[in-house]
Amino acid sequence: MNKEGMQMALEEAVWQGYGRGDGSVGIRNKVLVVYTVECAHFVAEQIVRQSGDSETELIGFSGCTDNQYAVRLLLALVRHPNVGAVLAVGLGCEYTQPQRLAEAAQQSGRPARWFFIQDMGGTAASIAHGVDCVRWLRAQLQDTPRIPMRLRDLVVGAECGGSDYTSGLAGNVAVGRFYDVLTAQGGTAVFEEIVEAVGLRGLLAERAANEQARQEITRTYDKAMAYCQSVRQYSISPGNFMGGLSTIEEKSMGAVVKSGTAPIQGVIKVGQRPSHGGLWLLDTTPDPHWMQFGITNPNDNEGLMALAAAGCHVTILVTGRGNVVGSAVAPVIKVTGNSRTFHRLQDDMDFDAGPVLTGAETPAALGLRLADTVLAVAGGRPTRAEVLGHREYCIPYKYQDKTAGAIPRCEQER
Amino acid sequence: MELAETAFVIDRRDNVATALSALTPGKVRLTGEPTQPEATVIQEIPDGHKLALRDIAAGEDIIKYGVVIGRATQNIPAGSWVHLHCMCSLVDERSSHLDVETGVPQDTVYE
Repeated sequence: MNKEGMQMALEEAVWQGYGRGDGSVGIRNKVLVVYTVECAHFVAEQIVRQSGDSETELIGFSGCTDNQYAVRLLLALVRHPNVGAVLAVGLGCEYTQPQRLAEAAQQSGRPARWFFIQDMGGTAASIAHGVDCVRWLRAQLQDTPRIPMRLRDLVVGAECGGSDYTSGLAGNVAVGRFYDVLTAQGGTAVFEEIVEAVGLRGLLAERAANEQARQEITRTYDKAMAYCQSVRQYSISPGNFMGGLSTIEEKSMGAVVKSGTAPIQGVIKVGQRPSHGGLWLLDTTPDPHWMQFGITNPNDNEGLMALAAAGCHVTILVTGRGNVVGSAVAPVIKVTGNSRTFHRLQDDMDFDAGPVLTGAETPAALGLRLADTVLAVAGGRPTRAEVLGHREYCIPYKYQDKTAGAIPRCEQER
Repeated sequence: MELAETAFVIDRRDNVATALSALTPGKVRLTGEPTQPEATVIQEIPDGHKLALRDIAAGEDIIKYGVVIGRATQNIPAGSWVHLHCMCSLVDERSSHLDVETGVPQDTVYE
């Protein structure tokens, strides 16, 4: 099929999503089991395992002391379009409240249950009760309305992890070209990793859709730079240098390529969703708090979780060296620009962007081929990570303001 | 003649190209957006690393993706390897303290 033909096919592609009570439409119909402290982790995990339901998934927060950022993340995930029903499991003496999570899910039109392990009479009774809850919740989802979806209804997130030189030359090029197609159709694209946009302040600001977006982008950039300078560390590792990247600026441009060329509508913070279609920057960097920043992104799954919390139906992980992870809530499509990685890890990789390096495929054709893969996954085809049972999650302690591009308090007072 | 060894040029403004395999001295094919079909490599360049497409003077910008990715810390002849030994970041002070082969930091003391 020629390029115009493929573009037409993408516009006309329709699949059946899952309608929620709050009006959102998901691409999967999941029961989400959530634990509210590490002490409830084992019981919740056993409930998921013993329910024997492949679309029942586990997430949770390990801390006993609660954290506003983590609670915001949990709330965004229990109300995610791919989630149809929720079971919240607590121990009984932690700060984070499973009842409030279940209520939030119910208020968004999702059947939900919750309980404390201490009230239920311990491990065995809690697992048995939890499995009953999951079966009841699954039964409630039998009649989930099927709603037609198109490319313009999709929210897609992307990040890179385990990068090598091919990520900036091929893997992220595929995502960038796909994002241009997606946003041109009215769909929503989210990219993150502002700490990997070093040296690109002007380039990102020029792409702002309006003055407010420009301010959000520049302030978010300035915060990320202040963060990197204060910890004297940039988002680049010995492996990156060994692989041929010489500077954080070089790695950054390779990372920002995945945003494509569309105007940037604005910046969202973790737990917030884009207010309309187009391209958005997700800020996952901690905000300064009590004269310090706290912990930054601990691993790739934390980034994928933040993208899911932005309402992304599906996420794309660009990985030159080859990460194998998946994610709870939103399926992960793994793209590599390194054809050797694609063949070495072929059970784990969904998409080989390598042919663009040899000239065997044009960047435009590459983007359309990725669009095709995304549409297939949205329509129900399991990703490699879903087939293998990868359902990782990561909900850390962090401090973040709700306002994007917030002016630090010390500067407001000046 | 089809050259086996290839380097990739991302933007026509770039003064470096990326090796798609380990390169040995001699002619290499350029793909992507090159301004010339081939280049002459004058030293071994590891897979994924950069080669200079023209002579770059000390203090000049290193350009890839059409943007500045660092600055030359010495004169870099066309066809030679461009990495930590001859260029530095404009922001990251640590990058000039890393081992040129392994990227391992040399500014951390193990004692």
